[in-house]
Amino acid sequence: MAFASPHITAYAVEATEFPDLARRYQVTGVPKTVVNGEIDILGALPQDAFVQQALQQFVPDTAEPRT
Amino acid sequence: MGLLSSADQARLREAFAEMTHPVRLLFFTQTLDCESCPATRQILDELPPLSDKVSVEELNVVIDVDKAKQYRIDRAPGIALVGQDRGGAEHDSRIRFLGAPSGYEFISLVQAVLLVGGRPSTLSDETRKRLAMVDKPVTMQVFTTPT
Repeated sequence: MAFASPHITAYAVEATEFPDLARRYQVTGVPKTVVNGEIDILGALPQDAFVQQALQQFVPDTAEPRT
Repeated sequence: MGLLSSADQARLREAFAEMTHPVRLLFFTQTLDCESCPATRQILDELPPLSDKVSVEELNVVIDVDKAKQYRIDRAPGIALVGQDRGGAEHDSRIRFLGAPSGYEFISLVQAVLLVGGRPSTLSDETRKRLAMVDKPVTMQVFTTPT
Protein backbone atom coordinates (compact mmCIF):
# COMPACT_ATOMS: atom_id res chain seq x y z
CA MET A 1 0.00 0.00 0.00
CA ALA A 2 2.86 2.37 0.83
CA PHE A 3 4.50 1.53 -2.46
CA ALA A 4 1.28 2.28 -4.33
CA SER A 5 0.36 5.56 -2.61
CA PRO A 6 2.72 8.52 -2.18
CA HIS A 7 0.86 9.47 1.02
CA ILE A 8 1.32 6.19 2.88
CA THR A 9 4.33 5.12 4.91
CA ALA A 10 4.34 1.56 6.28
CA TYR A 11 6.42 0.19 9.13
CA ALA A 12 6.81 -3.46 10.08
CA VAL A 13 7.61 -3.22 13.78
CA GLU A 14 9.08 -6.03 15.80
CA ALA A 15 6.99 -5.66 18.96
CA THR A 16 9.30 -7.41 21.44
CA GLU A 17 12.24 -5.21 20.47
CA PHE A 18 10.28 -2.01 21.01
CA PRO A 19 8.15 -2.57 24.12
CA ASP A 20 7.54 1.17 24.40
CA LEU A 21 5.71 1.19 21.05
CA ALA A 22 3.92 -2.07 21.86
CA ARG A 23 2.73 -0.55 25.15
CA ARG A 24 1.75 2.77 23.61
CA TYR A 25 -0.46 1.04 21.06
CA GLN A 26 -1.61 -1.72 23.42
CA VAL A 27 -0.33 -4.53 21.30
CA THR A 28 -1.61 -7.68 22.97
CA GLY A 29 -1.64 -9.90 19.91
CA VAL A 30 -0.03 -9.92 16.49
CA PRO A 31 -0.30 -9.04 13.73
CA LYS A 32 -1.74 -5.75 14.89
CA THR A 33 -1.90 -2.78 12.56
CA VAL A 34 -2.13 0.76 13.89
CA VAL A 35 -3.07 3.50 11.43
CA ASN A 36 -2.06 7.08 12.31
CA GLY A 37 -1.84 6.00 15.94
CA GLU A 38 -5.60 5.54 16.13
CA ILE A 39 -7.25 2.85 14.05
CA ASP A 40 -6.48 -0.68 15.26
CA ILE A 41 -6.78 -3.78 13.16
CA LEU A 42 -6.07 -7.01 14.98
CA GLY A 43 -5.25 -10.13 12.99
CA ALA A 44 -4.77 -10.74 9.31
CA LEU A 45 -7.77 -9.82 7.15
CA PRO A 46 -8.52 -10.41 3.48
CA GLN A 47 -7.14 -7.54 1.38
CA ASP A 48 -10.41 -5.73 0.69
CA ALA A 49 -11.53 -5.83 4.33
CA PHE A 50 -8.11 -4.72 5.54
CA VAL A 51 -7.91 -1.81 3.12
CA GLN A 52 -11.44 -0.71 3.94
CA GLN A 53 -10.74 -0.68 7.69
CA ALA A 54 -7.29 0.84 7.42
CA LEU A 55 -8.45 3.69 5.20
CA GLN A 56 -11.93 4.24 6.62
CA GLN A 57 -11.13 7.76 7.81
CA PHE A 58 -9.38 8.71 4.62
CA VAL A 59 -11.62 7.29 1.95
CA PRO A 60 -15.42 7.48 2.13
CA ASP A 61 -16.74 3.96 2.09
CA THR A 62 -19.39 4.50 -0.54
CA ALA A 63 -17.59 7.12 -2.59
CA GLU A 64 -16.92 6.55 -6.20
CA PRO A 65 -13.26 6.86 -6.99
CA ARG A 66 -12.21 10.19 -8.43
CA THR A 67 -11.23 9.90 -12.03
CA MET B 1 29.32 -18.89 8.37
CA GLY B 2 26.29 -17.63 6.47
CA LEU B 3 22.80 -17.65 7.92
CA LEU B 4 21.14 -19.09 4.83
CA SER B 5 21.43 -22.64 3.54
CA SER B 6 22.75 -23.01 0.01
CA ALA B 7 19.27 -24.15 -1.07
CA ASP B 8 17.74 -20.94 0.32
CA GLN B 9 20.47 -18.89 -1.31
CA ALA B 10 19.70 -20.51 -4.66
CA ARG B 11 15.97 -19.82 -4.25
CA LEU B 12 16.59 -16.19 -3.37
CA ARG B 13 19.08 -15.75 -6.21
CA GLU B 14 16.42 -17.01 -8.62
CA ALA B 15 13.75 -14.69 -7.16
CA PHE B 16 16.06 -11.65 -7.25
CA ALA B 17 17.01 -12.44 -10.86
CA GLU B 18 13.57 -11.18 -11.90
CA MET B 19 14.14 -7.72 -10.42
CA THR B 20 14.12 -4.95 -12.98
CA HIS B 21 15.29 -2.06 -10.76
CA PRO B 22 17.98 -1.85 -8.09
CA VAL B 23 16.94 -1.65 -4.44
CA ARG B 24 18.98 -0.02 -1.71
CA LEU B 25 18.47 -1.07 1.89
CA LEU B 26 19.29 1.84 4.16
CA PHE B 27 20.22 0.25 7.45
CA PHE B 28 20.00 2.64 10.39
CA THR B 29 22.08 1.39 13.27
CA GLN B 30 23.36 2.90 16.49
CA THR B 31 26.49 2.14 18.43
CA LEU B 32 25.11 1.89 21.94
CA ASP B 33 22.02 0.20 23.30
CA CYS B 34 21.10 -1.72 20.20
CA GLU B 35 21.23 -5.38 20.97
CA SER B 36 19.84 -6.54 17.63
CA CYS B 37 21.84 -4.19 15.37
CA PRO B 38 24.73 -6.63 14.76
CA ALA B 39 22.27 -9.44 13.95
CA THR B 40 20.37 -7.14 11.58
CA ARG B 41 23.56 -6.21 9.75
CA GLN B 42 24.42 -9.91 9.48
CA ILE B 43 20.99 -10.70 8.01
CA LEU B 44 21.17 -7.82 5.52
CA ASP B 45 24.68 -8.81 4.45
CA GLU B 46 23.26 -12.09 3.18
CA LEU B 47 21.38 -10.31 0.38
CA PRO B 48 23.82 -8.33 -1.83
CA PRO B 49 25.91 -11.43 -2.73
CA LEU B 50 22.73 -12.93 -4.20
CA SER B 51 21.93 -10.08 -6.59
CA ASP B 52 23.78 -7.16 -8.12
CA LYS B 53 20.50 -5.21 -7.81
CA VAL B 54 20.46 -5.33 -4.00
CA SER B 55 22.75 -3.14 -1.91
CA VAL B 56 23.02 -2.19 1.75
CA GLU B 57 24.07 1.21 3.02
CA GLU B 58 24.73 1.64 6.72
CA LEU B 59 23.74 4.86 8.44
CA ASN B 60 23.71 5.83 12.08
CA VAL B 61 20.44 6.99 13.54
CA VAL B 62 22.31 9.23 16.03
CA ILE B 63 24.93 10.65 13.64
CA ASP B 64 23.08 10.74 10.31
CA VAL B 65 20.24 12.75 11.77
CA ASP B 66 19.17 14.34 8.48
CA LYS B 67 18.84 10.97 6.76
CA ALA B 68 17.03 9.52 9.76
CA LYS B 69 14.59 12.42 9.57
CA GLN B 70 14.23 12.19 5.80
CA TYR B 71 13.38 8.49 5.97
CA ARG B 72 11.40 8.87 9.19
CA ILE B 73 13.38 6.32 11.14
CA ASP B 74 13.81 7.31 14.77
CA ARG B 75 15.20 4.10 16.20
CA ALA B 76 17.58 1.26 15.47
CA PRO B 77 17.70 -1.19 13.93
CA GLY B 78 15.63 0.43 11.20
CA ILE B 79 15.58 -0.35 7.50
CA ALA B 80 14.27 1.87 4.70
CA LEU B 81 13.81 0.41 1.21
CA VAL B 82 14.74 2.76 -1.60
CA GLY B 83 14.16 1.93 -5.24
CA GLN B 84 14.33 3.75 -8.55
CA ASP B 85 11.66 5.25 -10.74
CA ARG B 86 11.48 4.62 -14.48
CA GLY B 87 13.81 7.53 -15.17
CA GLY B 88 16.45 6.06 -12.87
CA ALA B 89 15.96 8.62 -10.08
CA GLU B 90 15.85 7.50 -6.47
CA HIS B 91 12.37 6.56 -5.36
CA ASP B 92 11.60 6.05 -1.68
CA SER B 93 9.26 3.08 -1.31
CA ARG B 94 8.10 4.35 2.11
CA ILE B 95 8.41 0.75 3.31
CA ARG B 96 10.23 0.43 6.63
CA PHE B 97 11.25 -2.32 9.00
CA LEU B 98 11.95 -1.67 12.66
CA GLY B 99 13.71 -4.46 14.55
CA ALA B 100 15.76 -7.37 13.25
CA PRO B 101 14.13 -8.96 10.18
CA SER B 102 14.51 -12.52 11.40
CA GLY B 103 12.12 -15.46 11.14
CA TYR B 104 9.02 -14.68 9.12
CA GLU B 105 9.99 -11.01 8.91
CA PHE B 106 12.89 -12.06 6.71
CA ILE B 107 10.35 -13.36 4.19
CA SER B 108 8.47 -10.07 4.46
CA LEU B 109 11.70 -8.18 3.81
CA VAL B 110 12.48 -10.30 0.74
CA GLN B 111 8.93 -9.76 -0.56
CA ALA B 112 9.33 -6.02 -0.06
CA VAL B 113 12.67 -6.01 -1.90
CA LEU B 114 11.06 -7.88 -4.82
CA LEU B 115 8.13 -5.46 -4.93
CA VAL B 116 10.36 -2.39 -4.90
CA GLY B 117 12.60 -4.14 -7.43
CA GLY B 118 9.81 -4.35 -9.96
CA ARG B 119 7.70 -7.39 -9.21
CA PRO B 120 4.02 -6.77 -10.00
CA SER B 121 2.02 -5.83 -6.92
CA THR B 122 -0.76 -8.11 -5.64
CA LEU B 123 -3.14 -5.23 -4.90
CA SER B 124 -6.60 -5.61 -6.38
CA ASP B 125 -8.18 -2.98 -8.64
CA GLU B 126 -10.55 -2.13 -5.79
CA THR B 127 -7.62 -1.51 -3.44
CA ARG B 128 -5.87 0.65 -6.03
CA LYS B 129 -9.02 2.75 -6.45
CA ARG B 130 -9.20 3.33 -2.70
CA LEU B 131 -5.52 4.12 -2.46
CA ALA B 132 -5.84 6.67 -5.25
CA MET B 133 -8.35 8.58 -3.09
CA VAL B 134 -5.95 8.97 -0.15
CA ASP B 135 -4.70 12.53 -0.11
CA LYS B 136 -3.46 12.95 3.47
CA PRO B 137 -0.42 11.44 5.18
CA VAL B 138 -1.13 7.95 6.53
CA THR B 139 1.29 6.04 8.74
CA MET B 140 0.68 2.34 9.16
CA GLN B 141 2.53 0.31 11.78
CA VAL B 142 2.20 -3.44 11.56
CA PHE B 143 3.33 -5.07 14.79
CA THR B 144 4.72 -8.58 14.62
CA THR B 145 6.73 -10.87 16.87
CA PRO B 146 9.61 -13.16 15.90
CA THR B 147 8.57 -16.62 14.80
